[in-house]
Amino acid sequence: MSIPTGLQKLTDAPVESLCIHGGRIVDPANKRDEVGDLYLHDGKVVNPNDLPQGVNWRTLNARGHIVTPGLIDLHVHLREPGQSSKETIATGTRAAAAGGFTTVVAMPNTAPKADGAATIAWILQRAAETALVNVYPTGCISQNMAGELLAPIGSLVKAGAIAITDDGACVQNNELMRRALEYTKMFDVPIFDHCQDYALSGGGVMNEGHWSTILGLPGWPAIAEEVIVSRNAMLSELTGAAVHCQHLSSVGSVRIIREAKQRGVRISGEATPHHIALTDSDCQGYDTNYKMNPPLRTHRDQEALLEGLSDGTIEILASDHAPHCEFEKEVEFNYAPFGILGLETELAIFIQKLIEPQVLDWSGMIEKLTINPAKLLNLHTKGSLAIGKDADVTVIDPNLEWRVDKNQSYSKSRNTPFHGWNLRGRATTTIIGGRIVFSL
Amino acid sequence: MKSAWKHKDLIAIRPLDAAEIALLHDTARAFKEVLSRPIKKVPSLRGKTVINLFVEPSTRTRTSFELAAKRLSADVVSIASESSSFKKGETLKDTGLNLQAMNSDIIILRHPAAGAPQFLAERLKAGVINAGDGAHEHPTQALLDTFTILEKLGNVSAPPDKKLAGIKIAIVGDILFSRVARSDIWAMTKLGAEVTLVGPTTLLPDTFRELGVKVSHRIDDVLAEAHVIMLLRIQHERQKQQLFPSLGEYVSLFGLTHERFKRCRPDVLIMHPGPINRGVEIASELADGVNSVILQQVSNGLAVRMAALYLLTGGNGPQGVNS
Amino acid sequence: MRESLAKISREIAERNRDLSLVALIGLPTRGVTLAERIAAILAQTAGHEIPVGQIDITFHRDDLELRRPIPHVTNVPFDINGRTIILVDDVLFTGRSVRAALDSLNDLGRPEFVQLAALIDRGHRRLPIAADFIGRTVKTDFNDDVAVRMKEIDGADSVEVHHS
Repeated sequence: MSIPTGLQKLTDAPVESLCIHGGRIVDPANKRDEVGDLYLHDGKVVNPNDLPQGVNWRTLNARGHIVTPGLIDLHVHLREPGQSSKETIATGTRAAAAGGFTTVVAMPNTAPKADGAATIAWILQRAAETALVNVYPTGCISQNMAGELLAPIGSLVKAGAIAITDDGACVQNNELMRRALEYTKMFDVPIFDHCQDYALSGGGVMNEGHWSTILGLPGWPAIAEEVIVSRNAMLSELTGAAVHCQHLSSVGSVRIIREAKQRGVRISGEATPHHIALTDSDCQGYDTNYKMNPPLRTHRDQEALLEGLSDGTIEILASDHAPHCEFEKEVEFNYAPFGILGLETELAIFIQKLIEPQVLDWSGMIEKLTINPAKLLNLHTKGSLAIGKDADVTVIDPNLEWRVDKNQSYSKSRNTPFHGWNLRGRATTTIIGGRIVFSL
Repeated sequence: MKSAWKHKDLIAIRPLDAAEIALLHDTARAFKEVLSRPIKKVPSLRGKTVINLFVEPSTRTRTSFELAAKRLSADVVSIASESSSFKKGETLKDTGLNLQAMNSDIIILRHPAAGAPQFLAERLKAGVINAGDGAHEHPTQALLDTFTILEKLGNVSAPPDKKLAGIKIAIVGDILFSRVARSDIWAMTKLGAEVTLVGPTTLLPDTFRELGVKVSHRIDDVLAEAHVIMLLRIQHERQKQQLFPSLGEYVSLFGLTHERFKRCRPDVLIMHPGPINRGVEIASELADGVNSVILQQVSNGLAVRMAALYLLTGGNGPQGVNS
Repeated sequence: MRESLAKISREIAERNRDLSLVALIGLPTRGVTLAERIAAILAQTAGHEIPVGQIDITFHRDDLELRRPIPHVTNVPFDINGRTIILVDDVLFTGRSVRAALDSLNDLGRPEFVQLAALIDRGHRRLPIAADFIGRTVKTDFNDDVAVRMKEIDGADSVEVHHS
């Protein structure tokens, strides 16, 4: 696998005129699933029937491969500023490129928190200097993510925040959440919420149930998530603002969102690879690579997530890529930070858990990784391969068999439970604005 | 003359089988005799180093392990949380590696976080004995509890999984947060006993039914049948966690009062892992009465811990046992 | 076996004029059975019971680094201080078990005399230990296996030498 040498930042790669030849083009935004050629020129998708003249086209043979709009992961922790021992914008976006992702949305729980325009500006500047993929920062709902006072949401959006969230924390005060939703309506950006009622989750570190009973670990019950998902549905209905519930984990959460959507509430949900691939029984060995927030739950919860993905209740797939240093994770289960890496393994995990058991077909899965997040984020030029859209493209070899080796990761951290897994399917070329940033 | 013990560590009862529990009991029986002698010491662990690492306060268990190691002629060092480097922010892994670098053979760990002994055991060559980890397990307590029941009521010559067959045991109290309850559940059911857990719904969730035991929220339904009543310490701080309203209400619903004791079998064994809240989970006089084996539990604890140390230090150093 | 036990009993009685001071302690498991039989014979001579105990030697073995045998319970229901203790074993071989038994005995008190009785002496001593009373001497190779069977434990009395 490789990222071209000498690539310090995205714009170091040349904008190429590319003909991606003979691949299966899966472009759900345009209801397209057919073998064909895709032409990229001057950073945009161009009309194959009206190609510009005098161009030297470089042809990429994509026969047997799947060609999709560049994948978007709207839930990523890049850790900069302030936590660069875990990850940097440079390393995190390299992991994204290697995983087939052309756009990532960075969560605001950095140090300092992204609760001011200066931090947003710093992140964008840093991204321009070091990122290999498109980076969109988010801004906080509350000042210092303390859940007490509104952050300057207008300034954050103006500075470039693409969504507003306290991810990593959850606003407990319902009045504050109501006002945040009302206020944010002015700016045409969604609010993302990490749904967790702290009184109910207590000091929980894993799903409350059979395995927490046996292991004697404090339980973090599903109800602590469901109460907040429910609150969000009600406040969204009241305010008319869009709310996106991050990393859903339980039967109840899926049901609440399904019912709210049926009433026309502007609520959406996301599922992560780990919540559909792993369960709380994986915590048996007290391995902290199975400690996430929200925690891994039961087989029944997994089934509900798959059903929600299949019937469209859950529109978005995202990784919650959460790098932590080895020394931070290699401690007692109670004391370890929550979260695992995701960017480099998520596509193959989704293929294994969604395509192979026919929960979704390719269009159904790619939709949740491209046009659906693009729509939620109001990224009108992304998530689609229509003529004139950004030349962000991911080429996937659906049959490539590979073995996850955490030591080969582009991320700065190694906290993955998927180390040693044999997976099938992988991005072979990642193109951003006509620039090739990764090719296998 | 062979040994069937094949583990480097003693972390939990759940992964052991009945024969392994019986092996620990049989070994403990021999040590119990040693403890009755004028000279209560044997040289079996001469030259071995045992570290008592107690990251959570404990007097009884720490003393018991310390004495057990001394009676086996091991060199023992006890490290309590107040004096340990944890206060200075050293990680458990580093502390363990440092102790191992001093050629320790056995590390006995008491820790507030479930899984800490397993974490250490996976990273050290030294044997690790769990002296209680969070709400997970406290294996030597369950071994001494079942040893005591076996001595009084059990069938020593029965096959391992039938040694406590037909014996009905009620464990009463704060089950949810109890590592003793979990270890006892595994040990007692593996030896064939019928276990009923009793406690308020908030401290005894239904998930415990999945462990092969009965669950009851009415102590009066259980008293008449029980051969053994094991009372667990009720922690005052659970009130702050909204898990029950007051100790007074707890006593009225679940305390072993004189009134309730009258409805028990006359030969019922009353047990408590200690330390006792007199007048809360048990009426004070009952703790000292003829049915109480609470102090015998303590004595047997020493023999059981000697057995664990003896078996774990066998073979080629602490790594394993050749038979 | 009957003759051997009779011989041992006779010699014990000859050596120890005052049988009231004598107690027998067997090494588990067959040493204990042998001790019980010898005690029964001696009781006829003495006209009173001869106390019998069993002593576990496991904790004093010199091979504990290699293995962890399951210990037997020591059961010596009398005071050994000042007595004449006769240790009884089935087969005397390297002498290591007897050495461990002497140490184990030490944990219990201080006998006036300690004597050793063995049903079979098969030679190959590794330690400076000799028996006071021997049923029979059998010539063996070091790697041979000498099996003593007793009615109480095995259903019948026999002594067999299995050559390696």
